[in-house]
Amino acid sequence: MRPFSYTRASDVGEAVAALAANDGARFIAGGTNLLDLMKYDVERPEHLIDITALPLDRIENTADGGLSIGAMVRNTDIAYDEQVAARFPLLASAILAGASPQLRNSATTGGNLRQRTRCSYFYDVSTPCNKREPGSGCPAKTGFARYHAILGASERCIATHPSDMCVGLAALGATVRVEGPEGSRSIPFSDFHRLPGDTPQVDTTLAHGEMVVAVDLPGKGFSDHYSYLKIRDRLSYAFALISVAAALDMDGDTIAEARLALGGVAHKPWRNAEAEAAMRGKPAVETTFAEAADIVLAEAETVPGNAFKPELARRTMIRALSQAAAGTPQSQSDKRIQ
Amino acid sequence: MSATDPAAPPERMPVSITINGNRHKLEVAPWTTLLDLLRHELELTGTKKGCDHGQCGACTVIVDGRRINSCLRLAVMADGSEVTTVEGLATNGELHPMQEAFIERDAFQCGYCTPGQLCSAVALIDEGHATTRDEIREQMSGNLCRCGAYVNIADAIEDVMAKGGQAR
Amino acid sequence: MTTSERFVGSAQRRTDGRKKVTGTAPYAGEFTTTGLLHGAVVNAAIARGSIRSIDIAAAEAVPGVVRVFTHENRPDEAWFTSAFKDMVAPDGTPLRPLRDARVFYSGQPISLVVAEDFETATYAASLVHVAYEVTPHQTDLTAARHDAFDPDEGEGDIVRGSAENALATAPVSIDRNYRIAIEHHNPMEPHATTTVVEADGRLTVYDKTQGARNSYDVVVNVFGLPEDRVQVLSPFVGGAFGSGLRPQYQLFLSVMAALVLERSVRVTLTRDQMFTFGYRPDTLQRVALGAEADGKLKAVIHDALAGTSRYEDFTETVVDWSGLLYQCDDVRLAHRLAKIDTVTPMDMRAPGGATGMYAIETAMDELACELGMDPLELRLKNYAERDQNEDKPFSSKQLKECYRQGAERFGWSRRRPEPRSVREGSDLVGFGMATGSWEAMLFPTSARATLLPDGSLEVATATADIGTGTYTILAQIAADALGLPMDRVKVAIGDSSLPKAFVEGGSATAASAGSAILKACQELKEALLTAARRIDGSPLANVGLEQVVFSSGSIRRAADESEAVSLEALAAANGNAPLSVEIDNSPSDSPYSSYSHSAVFAEVRVDAEIGMPRVTRIVSAVAAGRIINPQTARSQIMGGVVFGMGQALHEEAVIDHALGRFMTHHLADYHIPAHADVADIDVLFVEEHDEAVNPLGVKGVGEIGVAGTGAAIGNAIYNATGVRVRELPITVDKILAGWTR
Repeated sequence: MRPFSYTRASDVGEAVAALAANDGARFIAGGTNLLDLMKYDVERPEHLIDITALPLDRIENTADGGLSIGAMVRNTDIAYDEQVAARFPLLASAILAGASPQLRNSATTGGNLRQRTRCSYFYDVSTPCNKREPGSGCPAKTGFARYHAILGASERCIATHPSDMCVGLAALGATVRVEGPEGSRSIPFSDFHRLPGDTPQVDTTLAHGEMVVAVDLPGKGFSDHYSYLKIRDRLSYAFALISVAAALDMDGDTIAEARLALGGVAHKPWRNAEAEAAMRGKPAVETTFAEAADIVLAEAETVPGNAFKPELARRTMIRALSQAAAGTPQSQSDKRIQ
Repeated sequence: MSATDPAAPPERMPVSITINGNRHKLEVAPWTTLLDLLRHELELTGTKKGCDHGQCGACTVIVDGRRINSCLRLAVMADGSEVTTVEGLATNGELHPMQEAFIERDAFQCGYCTPGQLCSAVALIDEGHATTRDEIREQMSGNLCRCGAYVNIADAIEDVMAKGGQAR
Repeated sequence: MTTSERFVGSAQRRTDGRKKVTGTAPYAGEFTTTGLLHGAVVNAAIARGSIRSIDIAAAEAVPGVVRVFTHENRPDEAWFTSAFKDMVAPDGTPLRPLRDARVFYSGQPISLVVAEDFETATYAASLVHVAYEVTPHQTDLTAARHDAFDPDEGEGDIVRGSAENALATAPVSIDRNYRIAIEHHNPMEPHATTTVVEADGRLTVYDKTQGARNSYDVVVNVFGLPEDRVQVLSPFVGGAFGSGLRPQYQLFLSVMAALVLERSVRVTLTRDQMFTFGYRPDTLQRVALGAEADGKLKAVIHDALAGTSRYEDFTETVVDWSGLLYQCDDVRLAHRLAKIDTVTPMDMRAPGGATGMYAIETAMDELACELGMDPLELRLKNYAERDQNEDKPFSSKQLKECYRQGAERFGWSRRRPEPRSVREGSDLVGFGMATGSWEAMLFPTSARATLLPDGSLEVATATADIGTGTYTILAQIAADALGLPMDRVKVAIGDSSLPKAFVEGGSATAASAGSAILKACQELKEALLTAARRIDGSPLANVGLEQVVFSSGSIRRAADESEAVSLEALAAANGNAPLSVEIDNSPSDSPYSSYSHSAVFAEVRVDAEIGMPRVTRIVSAVAAGRIINPQTARSQIMGGVVFGMGQALHEEAVIDHALGRFMTHHLADYHIPAHADVADIDVLFVEEHDEAVNPLGVKGVGEIGVAGTGAAIGNAIYNATGVRVRELPITVDKILAGWTR
């Protein structure tokens, strides 16, 4: 990696000010993605601000009955937190579907949100990539695109966001709390990550200098009817070809409310309000789920390397919703798809 | 890229890290990972570098009770930590039960992923989230073994669990 | 003379186990010395062309950088083509790192940055700026196939009878195309070389290699060094699977830098650089089989086309298996190459076999389906009692027992022939099987056996233990030969100064090194008895070798074992000078053909809607002659099975043909099986006695676990799903495509 200087921040204001003052600075916490990219010479920060000592490492109840997860809480600690496991098992399941125990022990909430794409071209500085080097091109469109987007992509970039946890958070309708030089603000989860458009180098709607301090979950956890189903090229420790977070609120056999988020298909965790609305008031049967899946995929566009993904996504959505409806969520250890 | 004036290597910073019970006061450059500190500067080469990117688990060590990939942890960020490496599993020459079980079950061949597997397995038992064979397999999946010793590794872990499961 | 076998044939824990579980077994990149320098390699970004300019000013300006080597400033060493040829180099001109400005493949090493520490070297390497003259490249084998050529100029084809005519007239036939993906070896230990410049100027080279002698020869020849100035050591090798058969570029770069700088230099490749040398080649195969209605094979045609580099013609045995495994009189087998702009492919665990047996064993399954016959029955129907390729009898062949015992253990009789006919919950369940085979070879090997002053034994040969258990089995063989406990035997290997051995590969080490060690021990026994007779008042003064036994650390009269000379006393009587013999052992012309065999049975479960496959059970029944150590041998087979699982379901090195570059160059994109992928593997050794293959009766177990596994899994997936995927790996999308097509 390139040389950089390093300081530790002891409070949020100081950290935010230090970052805002230096365009070449980055926050570092778990380091599981930033150091990875620095070693590949993709990220080249001049200065790292260590924010692991900030008092953002708690999971707390919120006034509206939800949970607030501090930005420095390690992924493992969310997944095995009693409150999360009991009230938001979809989130726990999504986290346990990702990475490895070692990585989850390091990776933080904030870092998970900020992780960058796993596109092989983005990672390889010997190749063109519009996200890494705007204007250089996107070889993935005619090349290795197995893990690439089928929804919301642009002419310039077909990269995907690699997180599993974020797919769970998207489905749960989380809110991202941010501190910045201009003060604090809250960003609905669906507005946090952005689509590539003409500026694929920009991953999120954060301004430079802003820090994720917490992710807030609303009270409704869909703990009776949920599933996180991830399809990948081996049975563990691999990024998603397709992942689906499904959550239902059931009124007898009828769907009162539905949430459906996808990973591995877009530059951000993908939700489609129309598809969710279409399930509302319908019976929890396969035809309902298939209609919703078709709505999600109506705008799907593929390249030669990922032409298989819409059909795989359709089947995975139907299955995850069926699992949620039946109250038989996918196990992340028993690899049989329930 | 400019052909001149590269940045100078970073200044070293003081850290204090306890490794296998021994406190080390060291000066480390910010760009040195915990893994490279162990291997290059402290000559604790038991911890292995298989990929340097968190994709194989060979560098797994236990930091403050948690297994992590030491390749993705800056040494300066381990300041004040307690680190256990494979060299610290045995006590006074007596092998850790997991080490004994690995030998007994032939849970390795080339031996290169083994230190990471051992640290991971010891931590797995401490974590207490794995009770079934499926759970052991899943929660050991952050440690790749190209020799394909997985079945024997799972057997070794089950043996240790059956004998009371305590990590030490 | 009688030899009691206490250790050979019994499960023994690895003798290097304690070192490996305590982290004290040192690998090539872990040896150190004062003032050690670190090298970082820069690799080419284009597939074909030349370096127009290479700007190293920024890299050289980094404090701590000692030297930046390129083709423009490299030392003028031998660099002759022939000097670069190693023991197992294919025909052609080996890559000579930093030789000149030419670029033959994306990933070719083009610069070495040497610095005082690892971080500085790595950083400075990122500052080396290269401009290229780009020449159009071709990395797509399907496009290059029109320029295919025969590397053997007709000599390699196997033709008997008239396969085309027999195929045309066969009542039942199939004609199919198969393809395997490119695979990279990816041992967990990246390749590394630490070259230590000793005080007297000699070089001690710690190299990751399967043949210390191979690395040594190349270093001495390339750099024109006196033979006594170099020693190559590789005491522990963190896996190789073929990647260490040829010296890799880090060896040249490390030694070159050390010689120029007169300082010790370590070069460790990154994981990404592990994708910049050899690989299992992309291979397009056609198999056509014709049969009578009863299953009797009438015709076998197997054509293979593999990719190779512009500068070397890598070949492996891909098609011969199809003329060997089954009895058939009308056979045509041909292997061709086409040049593409990649590095030269290389032997990878079960080279050729994992490729060719995947195709023939899948084709046999397809033929069985066409015939409506049980796949195991079809194989028994065509069982080869003789090697028709060589027209020789087999020295032993217990394959029928493998089929029988494997099928029984697996529960093959429960197989339902109709695809998609077994469903358990959401899973479709399928059974598949395949035959595996691997040649039992023996390489010329020298060995030394020495009685040390303390009465213990040292055996030595320049072979390697790459995780296979060589240290352990050689100790077992030597301990039994001299009647010693295993802990009184020191095994010295992985050192170029030891008696010569060929590279550790081809599943031939147990046979080659084992036979040589056995022979050395036998000759040492004669020497020891001679010495024992000379001791004053020796109780063995008048006895011959056939009248003594070596047991419990003594030479004893067989008739009265109390009349003995202990090895310790013998060593002392010899004035504490070691008693040593050194021998050469070579294969003799054999009237027999020798192969190990296996029957592999696989159970897969595939989700009925999504198509996600899982291998839930494998039984591998192996006949490989005598099994020296059932525990380490079982581990070898299991490891081979996991390798086969990777080939069948996961591993695929993807080339972006527009860029001419492997894009799956790390372990997140290139998937080797993880723990969760590997469920139940049952290894079964079928008893097989073979007096002819070699004095030990061993055939080797390194590759046989791979052979057939890929086909067995693919056949099981067909049985489960009704989808026949003919391109490995069999991923979820390919199964889904089969359903929706």
